Amino acid sequence: MRFDDEPVPGYPLPILPGHTSPGRFERVLRAGGFAVTTELAPPDSADPEDVYRRARVFDGYVDAINATDGSGANCHMSSLAVCALLTRVGYAPIMQISCRDKNRIAIQGDILGGAAMGVCNMLCLTGDGVQAGDHPQAKPVFDLDCMTLLDIGRTLRDEHRFQSGRKISYAPRVFFGAAENPSALPHDWRAQRLAKKIAAGAQFIQTQYCFDIGLLRSFMQHVELLGLIGKVHILAGVGPLRSAKTAEWMRKNVPGMHVPDTVVARLAGAQDQAREGRNICVELIQAIREMHGISGVHIMAYRQEESVAEIVERSGILDGRAPWFPGRDAPALPQRNVS
Amino acid sequence: MYALRLWSVRHARGLNACYRGFEALLLRLHGLFSALGYERIERPVAAVERSVKSLLFDCRMCGQCILSSTGMSCPMNCPKSIRNGPCGGVRDDGRCEVKPEMRCVWVEAFAGSRRIPGGTEAMAQLQIAVDQRLQGRSSWLKVVREKRAAP
Repeated sequence: MRFDDEPVPGYPLPILPGHTSPGRFERVLRAGGFAVTTELAPPDSADPEDVYRRARVFDGYVDAINATDGSGANCHMSSLAVCALLTRVGYAPIMQISCRDKNRIAIQGDILGGAAMGVCNMLCLTGDGVQAGDHPQAKPVFDLDCMTLLDIGRTLRDEHRFQSGRKISYAPRVFFGAAENPSALPHDWRAQRLAKKIAAGAQFIQTQYCFDIGLLRSFMQHVELLGLIGKVHILAGVGPLRSAKTAEWMRKNVPGMHVPDTVVARLAGAQDQAREGRNICVELIQAIREMHGISGVHIMAYRQEESVAEIVERSGILDGRAPWFPGRDAPALPQRNVS
Repeated sequence: MYALRLWSVRHARGLNACYRGFEALLLRLHGLFSALGYERIERPVAAVERSVKSLLFDCRMCGQCILSSTGMSCPMNCPKSIRNGPCGGVRDDGRCEVKPEMRCVWVEAFAGSRRIPGGTEAMAQLQIAVDQRLQGRSSWLKVVREKRAAP
């Protein structure tokens, strides 16, 4: 889909009635499009070009890019900085905020700062434990959890005040999201917890990897029973598995990762395992697309970012539309004669 | 103690009923507490509360107890101190992502809340962010003070 007022880098879009942010991502979802988001792994570097290079891989295939916040409790460039760099050239980043490393004073400052830098989407997460990462000796903060973070973010935006009650003069115009894991125990509680997140202020949800379509389906049935469809935009998490060995490693070491044995067996039996991983991903996306109440997919392809374009292309979810990217609408420059 | 903590969740129904009775008793003592002075009795009461609750629940004395909304499983034992759990990292066998040697505090909470009448409804309520200033103070006295102060 194309809007008549596509972004000029650095300038916010007008906020449409019923919207909370000037962002393109919220527009795509509210216009009923099947949205595609992906994840950018922030570099271990202070070079902005490293960020732009990682973003360009997705040009024309995604509506928004998540910038992870010390994912897996590993140290990288901050999500706020990655997002600020991305908004400079017009990308629609989703700033991930984890409660692991900052207390409420720092986090509220980041929400204001991010919004001031043109970040329109923020994903509120509790975060992985420090033991999972490269600095297990660090102090885990966890002053807030994802719900109280959502609650505080919404208060900043809608009531124009900090948690302390002190007023702010200009509210952050942000579209708030949260995560959920339909595959994790207790399965009977997950939809209820989603209801809680919506009550706390979540407007969109990006789920953990859903390799078990049966679990996702029963989660969505619960969601429907609770009357939550239409109250939040749900993007199902998917991604390509590189090999049976990676799948085994991930389900053992990545928190909240559930890969059914059938998927591992299918990978192990394939000649080209990486290709089979992409095939599985495309099939999952196509099955998810048919599911009632799902508004998009979140493709996580850590260290296989270049495969996102192929996956989106083959699954046909964009229906011919080309999400905006820097330079999409620029007239082709006349060829210069080199003499 | 871990074993006793699990026992408490298994007996969430009975413990919750005891707790309700105990709360009613405390509320009747408001006059006495006021006469003695809440600040003066804070330390001894907190000490008693700490010893009883750490035995039964591995209580961390957050000072704002929500045990009856968490199926008698203390959320402060969660390594991420999540007050609105469980997180998405629960292992497939119901163990904690951070400390695999223990069962997820919130998987336990869900089991416990189902044993308490109205327990899952209570667990569905949003818990606000912890007030870190209350760490180490008595929740019991806080409840009495707040309930008695309310009109």
